[in-house]
Amino acid sequence: MAILKVSNVTKQFGHVTALDGISFEVGQGEIYGFIGPNGAGKTTTIRILLGILKATSGSAQIFGSDAWQDAVEIHKRIAYVPGEVSLWPNLTGGEVIDLFLKLRGANGRHSRDELIERFDLDPTKKCGTYSKGNRQKVALIAAFAVDAELYILDEPTSGLDPLMEIVFQECVREVKAAGKSVFLSSHILSEVEKLCDRVSIIRQGKIIESGSLRELRHLTRTRVRVETARPIQNLSQVPGVHDVEAFERGAAFQVDSERLGEVLRYISDFDVVALESAPPTLEELFIHHYRSWR
Amino acid sequence: MRHLFANTGTLARFIWRRDRVRLPVWVLSIAAFSICFASMFPSLYPPGPEREIIAQTFANPVFISMLGPGYGLADYHMGAIMAHQMLLFTAVVVAIMNILLTIRHSRRDEEGGRIEVIRSLPVGRLANAAALMLVLAAGNIVLGIATGAGLALLGLEGMDWAGSVTYGAVLAVTGMCFAALTLVFAQLTETSRATMGYAFAFLGLSFLLRAVGDVSSEPLSLISPLGLVLRAQVYVSNYWWPILITFVAAAALILLAFRLNLVRDLGAGFIPARPGRMHASPFLKCTLGLVFRLERTVIIGWAVGMFVLGASYGSVFGEVETFVQIGDLYQLMLPSVEGFSFTDQFVAMLLAVMSMAAAIPALLIILKLRGEEGAGRTEHLLSRAVSRAQIMGSFLAAALGSAVIMQVLSVLGLWSAAAAVVSDPFSLGEALLASLTYIPVIWALVGLAAALIGFAPQRTNLVWLYLGYAFFTAYFRALLQLPEWLVKLTPWGHIPNIPLETVSPATVVLILLAAIALMGLGFVGYAKRDISG
Repeated sequence: MAILKVSNVTKQFGHVTALDGISFEVGQGEIYGFIGPNGAGKTTTIRILLGILKATSGSAQIFGSDAWQDAVEIHKRIAYVPGEVSLWPNLTGGEVIDLFLKLRGANGRHSRDELIERFDLDPTKKCGTYSKGNRQKVALIAAFAVDAELYILDEPTSGLDPLMEIVFQECVREVKAAGKSVFLSSHILSEVEKLCDRVSIIRQGKIIESGSLRELRHLTRTRVRVETARPIQNLSQVPGVHDVEAFERGAAFQVDSERLGEVLRYISDFDVVALESAPPTLEELFIHHYRSWR
Repeated sequence: MRHLFANTGTLARFIWRRDRVRLPVWVLSIAAFSICFASMFPSLYPPGPEREIIAQTFANPVFISMLGPGYGLADYHMGAIMAHQMLLFTAVVVAIMNILLTIRHSRRDEEGGRIEVIRSLPVGRLANAAALMLVLAAGNIVLGIATGAGLALLGLEGMDWAGSVTYGAVLAVTGMCFAALTLVFAQLTETSRATMGYAFAFLGLSFLLRAVGDVSSEPLSLISPLGLVLRAQVYVSNYWWPILITFVAAAALILLAFRLNLVRDLGAGFIPARPGRMHASPFLKCTLGLVFRLERTVIIGWAVGMFVLGASYGSVFGEVETFVQIGDLYQLMLPSVEGFSFTDQFVAMLLAVMSMAAAIPALLIILKLRGEEGAGRTEHLLSRAVSRAQIMGSFLAAALGSAVIMQVLSVLGLWSAAAAVVSDPFSLGEALLASLTYIPVIWALVGLAAALIGFAPQRTNLVWLYLGYAFFTAYFRALLQLPEWLVKLTPWGHIPNIPLETVSPATVVLILLAAIALMGLGFVGYAKRDISG
């Protein structure tokens, strides 16, 4: 059963259409990546999921309940980290974490101090003196200290240093191991690549691609570097081959993933000595999608 | 040495560029305010024996602690009146201006990382502090000249050039002294909030030392900058030694601040930031607790302020009858009602005015709900198991509750100070009851703010305009002969002159119902709309 289900959600701010009929589902125990550039509609989507914004049309459901109508009940079972963490300057980090835990319901207090230690936060300092990264740690600790069924994370690591990013990834893996679901919005693609099972790419309020990383890769090109005994003839004329760079004893090129088989059959005639192929990184995939849609 | 101040001139122009509206607005409004008040004195205090009687009554300790020692009470001419009634208050406002502007360009810029950017350029290490002091010195000098020249040009009795120049100089040098002091605090502390805390604590302490000192011990007053500058006896003796001492002190403080600035690291202070609580207190762990925690300073500050406001009105009770009989303006404002003394009418007017003042903290609290949304902090609450009704309810409860606290404290202040100066002031019970009658009125205004937050969140400031209008119509209804319907546009217009006249319970209930309806609207609108931020 889907934990989170968005169907055909549209959101208009006056005449501006921020979201244009988006749909996706997040399943139990799944880490779902939501990627897209700034202003694509990631945060608007999350705010609709949280019942902070009301969708103009379509439905957003979490645990089978309506995200707007049943917000309070849903929020007892989720944890959320906003992208821009703004805190009360005259409260300490420790006070804010306690307040957040209490407001959500008291369970999960035990891991608070452990998480403060793991994220290396000084909870006695006033939030006004915290850097962006430290404010983000406050929100992350308050989120991971609770025993939620769904974690909604909006660009949670944009201010963290690399060490803290690792702690964050550990936390995400731990909640996944416990069978919880995670909805992770990000534009740090390596992070999404490391953590996520499935991904949606959003652009200008529309979801332009969804699926597992493997499926998405299929839609793009694979990089191939090949060494052959004899020079490959007319490689650039083969359908599906792009950006050929010829060497003395071989070539490097890109292949449309669906034509990979044909191309390999063609080059095997020239006595392959060595062959390397690399799947496209998410970054290449992302840029490819954006270029082709522009 | 030179390299420490490299590019000070450029930075001074830059500070001026950033404050080219703010600084002139401060300076000119303070000068204009002083001049306007001075021009009103001749009509308030026409010459004659009554003025001497008033002057004598100012010699009581309540007045001395509020206004300072009355110099020239024997010959209470316009100059002496100005220096006695206005100088201390204006000096405090000038001090506040200097504290705020100094923090803005020193510790706050450092905290925001802006000084770091400046310092990475070929700029001296002391250039920013020096540039700031130059700009503020210029601002204070212009303030002094504008005020002094304006007062002298009024040509009132006893307001000669020598005194007016001294008056301006006292303001300028007090301002500089507090600017320098704040600059020192900005070096000592690590955050702008802490700087602000120390600077205002010092200002409050100066006022308090002076108040106690003026009543009982002269040396105590001399320690306080505010007490010291009053010893210039402006328009009476025009002594310059207090001004010189304050000037030297300001210069010394600036040098001290420079010294501290040189020996410390950028971003560091000398007083380590006090670690706060590791855990939230049980009190903080709900939305209402959060609202009280966030608005603690507002509530406590205004509670004290309302008591003092009441007490300062109360302290003039011994003189009300004389005051009102000779002041044409007040007579116009308080048309005589058959069978009641001026004192009774004075109480009635004060209760109305104080209830408007009490509306301010209530509005500040409810509008904080909107402020939190703008700052992007409401979503922390909403994304947890907190409903919108709960959030609005918490802010409303705090706002409504504060109105009750403010109303009770202002009446208590009024009564206790009045009881200290006259033997039989007025009935506390009656005044308290009248004051409580105004609570539904304040609540209606809070309700209006809530409705605006629900349906027109971009227009919440309209409620201030409405309060301003209410104040204007209540204060000037008699003076300007305003038509009744203009007055009745605000809930205050529907409350008669209590406790002189009786108000029908139906009116109060109707206002209460309107307040409830408006709050209900607020809940509905807030639950339906998008939360921004």
